Amino acid sequence: MRCTRVWPPRLVNAIAFGAALFVAGDAGAQTPAMPGQALAFDRGKGTCLTCHDIKGGDSPGNVGPPLADMKARFPDRGALTAIIFDETKRNPQTVMPPFGRNLILTPQEIDAIVDFLYTR
Amino acid sequence: MRRAESQTPMLKSPMGKMPIVIAMALAAALSALARPATAADAIDPQATFKAFRDYFTKRFPNVPLADFVNGPYSMDAELRKQWQAIDDFPPYDFAVERGKQMFATPFANGKNYGDCFPDKGIGIRQNFPYFDEKSGEVITLELALNRCRETNGEAPYSYVKDEMASLTAYMAFTSRGKPFDIKIPDDPRARAAFENGEKYFYGRRGQLNFSCASCHVQSAGIHIRTEVLAPALGIMAAMPIYRSEWNGMGTVSRRLVTCNIQTRGVPLDPQDEDYRDVEYFLTYMGNGLPVSGPGARP
Repeated sequence: MRCTRVWPPRLVNAIAFGAALFVAGDAGAQTPAMPGQALAFDRGKGTCLTCHDIKGGDSPGNVGPPLADMKARFPDRGALTAIIFDETKRNPQTVMPPFGRNLILTPQEIDAIVDFLYTR
Repeated sequence: MRRAESQTPMLKSPMGKMPIVIAMALAAALSALARPATAADAIDPQATFKAFRDYFTKRFPNVPLADFVNGPYSMDAELRKQWQAIDDFPPYDFAVERGKQMFATPFANGKNYGDCFPDKGIGIRQNFPYFDEKSGEVITLELALNRCRETNGEAPYSYVKDEMASLTAYMAFTSRGKPFDIKIPDDPRARAAFENGEKYFYGRRGQLNFSCASCHVQSAGIHIRTEVLAPALGIMAAMPIYRSEWNGMGTVSRRLVTCNIQTRGVPLDPQDEDYRDVEYFLTYMGNGLPVSGPGARP
């Protein structure tokens, strides 16, 4: 069963947007405000579990493939980064959001998520 | 982007984890379907209807056609069990009862809701929305109800829940089982409204870059987290719905506004022309399927 949403989605979005501004505003920082796993699992950020099974995450969706054996599947770090940044470039029909292009994640945050994914 | 219009290799089981090979094949197949319409493509709602229905019936061969109106329950046995367990005391009962009372209560001028509709408003849900050739626009049930109120000197209701959901719940309840019968008159404006609705349905928007079809065609029956995405075929049939997520009833307007917000887009005003057109398109796609509303959804 799904959990009951307590806050109205508009408010949640406003908070997520505020958080995004906060992180984006911290432009000089070399490291993201959250570690890779937290960014990957956070619903306002990577929210990867909505669509992908990842070891260590609860209630994954199955819109996309499980994210496992990532080092073997993506020896080229740039290729994995590009998918997260904007998979529509490679596959215009994908339902995967363009996390970099649409400013859902900063390049630093994508980098941290890639680091995390390479541990799966 | 256009609708699916030919056979596509589909997942055998939407419940299973999708191997990447299949995902790639699916993506390739879908991109082959995404060719923009050529000038030779006249607007042909009949052909669109057939392609749309075929897509779902071929992809879900074990789902009886009439069961698509039950949304996620037609896709997932476990969800279906939970639904059947609560259906002895459906959470929309209160709204149906309230709508019935509202129908029985005259306006200040002595008229009532029934006076605004054919057959006193009973058993007519399946004919909405319709294209009004006089005004040249799509008239949804919700719009018709508020216009009824205004014509009779009453203030309009909010489109998204409460009274509006009660009225539409009652009207759906009295129409249960009747097959949807949406007509597209021989009027270029009606075809334009249909086409605009189709365009809206397949158009990408919002920060997440989703179209309606991203979830309800491409990913129908698939899980996002623990939620099962409803198939677009028959998706209007259960409206209005009680959603546990909302802790209450919601109308078509509420569903569309919420979809836009959840995909981090900018919602339109309820009953905006684009929303009415997409409701027209989608309800027409469900022609022949039975009214199942009001519904209950997680």
